[in-house]
Amino acid sequence: MARAITTRRKIIVTAAAWTVGLLIFFPILWTILTSFKTEAEAIADPPSLFFFDWTFENYGVVQERSNYFLHFWNSVVISVGSTLLGLAIAIPAAWSMAFVPAKQTKNILMWMLSTKMLPPVGVLIPIYLIFRDTGLLDTRSGLVIVLTLINLPIIVWMLYTYFKEIPGEILEAARMDGANLRSEILYVLTPMAVPGIASTLLLNIILAWNEAFWTLNLTAAKAAPLTAFIASYSSPEGLFYAKLSAASTMAIAPILIMGWFSQKQLVRGLTFGAVK
Amino acid sequence: MNTTMRALMGATALCAVGTVALADGHAKTVTIATVNNGDMVRMQGLTEDFTAKNPDINLEWVTLEENVLRQRVTTDIATKGGQYDVMTIGTYEVPIWGKQGWLTSLNDLPDSYDVDDLLPAIRGGLTVDGELYAAPFYGESSMVMYRTDLMEAAGMEMPEAPTWEFIAEAARAMTDKDNEIYGVCLRGKAGWGENMAFLTAMSNSFGARWFDEDWNPQFDSPEWAATVNFYVDLMNDAGPPGASGNGFNENLALFQTGKCGMWIDATVAASFVTNPNDSTVADKVGFALAPDNGLGKRGNWLWAWSLAIPAGTDSPEAAKKFVEWATSKEYLELVASKEGWANVPPGTRTSLYENPEYASVPFAKMTLDSINAADPTNPTVDPVPYVGIQFVAIPEFQGIATATGQQFSAALAGTTSVEDALANAQALTLDEMKDAGYIQ
Repeated sequence: MARAITTRRKIIVTAAAWTVGLLIFFPILWTILTSFKTEAEAIADPPSLFFFDWTFENYGVVQERSNYFLHFWNSVVISVGSTLLGLAIAIPAAWSMAFVPAKQTKNILMWMLSTKMLPPVGVLIPIYLIFRDTGLLDTRSGLVIVLTLINLPIIVWMLYTYFKEIPGEILEAARMDGANLRSEILYVLTPMAVPGIASTLLLNIILAWNEAFWTLNLTAAKAAPLTAFIASYSSPEGLFYAKLSAASTMAIAPILIMGWFSQKQLVRGLTFGAVK
Repeated sequence: MNTTMRALMGATALCAVGTVALADGHAKTVTIATVNNGDMVRMQGLTEDFTAKNPDINLEWVTLEENVLRQRVTTDIATKGGQYDVMTIGTYEVPIWGKQGWLTSLNDLPDSYDVDDLLPAIRGGLTVDGELYAAPFYGESSMVMYRTDLMEAAGMEMPEAPTWEFIAEAARAMTDKDNEIYGVCLRGKAGWGENMAFLTAMSNSFGARWFDEDWNPQFDSPEWAATVNFYVDLMNDAGPPGASGNGFNENLALFQTGKCGMWIDATVAASFVTNPNDSTVADKVGFALAPDNGLGKRGNWLWAWSLAIPAGTDSPEAAKKFVEWATSKEYLELVASKEGWANVPPGTRTSLYENPEYASVPFAKMTLDSINAADPTNPTVDPVPYVGIQFVAIPEFQGIATATGQQFSAALAGTTSVEDALANAQALTLDEMKDAGYIQ
């Protein structure tokens, strides 16, 4: 009897999980399906889900019109670069906040987060002027700097939460054994926090990959990442839904695949310390 | 202290790398910012013709969605960022930016360019104090597109220059809600370039105006009440459901799938709805001038996507060469030879409309007549202090019109009354105009 209930529960839970999963994934699935339709089929009412003449024409047009690999490479450099630079700054910062907290640590953490509360457009002109004067407009290094700064509060907060879970005594023991600060962080703390660091890294790559305000406003032709690639297919005067969908699919595919392969680390990291 | 110094040094080094990276790539490269529409994409495909003639000039394209492009180029030109050498801008920006001194004058284009060949209405909209600040790439107005079969079934005949009364009668007669056919599709989505472009142009034909000669808002006038009441009543009786969310693209999709009897919108749509690859009603579309009320003004607008050169560009000569090429008579012939006359960017040159081959394009005459029926320097029945038909060429307009557009969109959706929407529009416009210093 007990076994029957468990099986039934399992079926219900599985069905519920699949439903929620499909609901969340549906917009992406719809985009991918639309990318294989003709423009006329893309606006057809009622729309067809699978039964239409599948075509690769949109991908051909997008390839022909845009330099996908330039945008793709820019996205990779900007998202990975900004995340690594962010981690290099955030690991020592989070260490000091977690293990040697001062009186104002909590306030500093809150203050760091408060920078995320300002709408980005509010500082567009000052940042634009700084970039103009330092020659950083339309450069990948400029975007690496700005995305590092934008995501730094999140990186610090995430790492701080993970580090808090690690008993300070282990670090003390390392110090007793003669470890200096550098080796303490590098050889004792970092390996223990690898799941946390990995999920922070992955999440920040995704955030930087999808960032569509600064990457659009600070770039022109050379450093424009995939967000600009998508924006070039959107049009308020003309229906190019199928081509826009093809461009979107090409833009999200790399990050989707990366997320798929690293989902174990992502889930483990995100739920790290959640259940005690 | 040490750490701070190190961080600062690191940042400086990164900045230096960035500067070197930027300095390298700037020799004789012309960066063009443009919108993603059919004519512009076609131009990108034909640039080999330009680079063959000008091997020393390298072209780089930045194509963006219209609103993103507007924000992007506005930021750049206002801060003199120098990211673009050629910008695609509209008739709204040109008078404002020209007056600010942000654009390079194009008065010195060579005689072979034949500037007098540009359509006078379009040229007028791009000229400030006698200086031509942008060259038109394509021009558009608005007109009535209608289903000839549905009109016939309703037992009516579309005149070449209909009145609003006729449009309302025909729309109600064509509507068959059980079969999802709606007599008229009009813009309802809030936005200065969406429902307010349509309503502002429509209000001109009802004798309304945005401001009187002293910049006092006029939404409390009987003419505006007549405009908005007529619009909301007509759409409630003969419009598609959820019309308050419909912009150009949504209505285009409805029309192409056979759900609209009439659609009053941009002339550029004519080439889409008559294209059998995209439209199910391609062979059943007729055209007519935008409606009027017998007051001397029609409800059609005027817009031209134009190429302008920012004042701070590094290579003004190369940029000018490109602008000259892209807006020349020869370019029109180039497009015609490669893609046919129906794909030539319309609405910029008189000579195009004198060309007998172009005259055979079904929507050519109606596009020209619509453009000629528009006068941006004298848009309303009563005099006004501003330029612009479907907009008011002042920097504050985008913000004000988007806010008023939300009011009228709400009135169309039925969440507020027309009276309240007009009162709110009047109040918020008055506030903004006081803040901006136009009125005390």
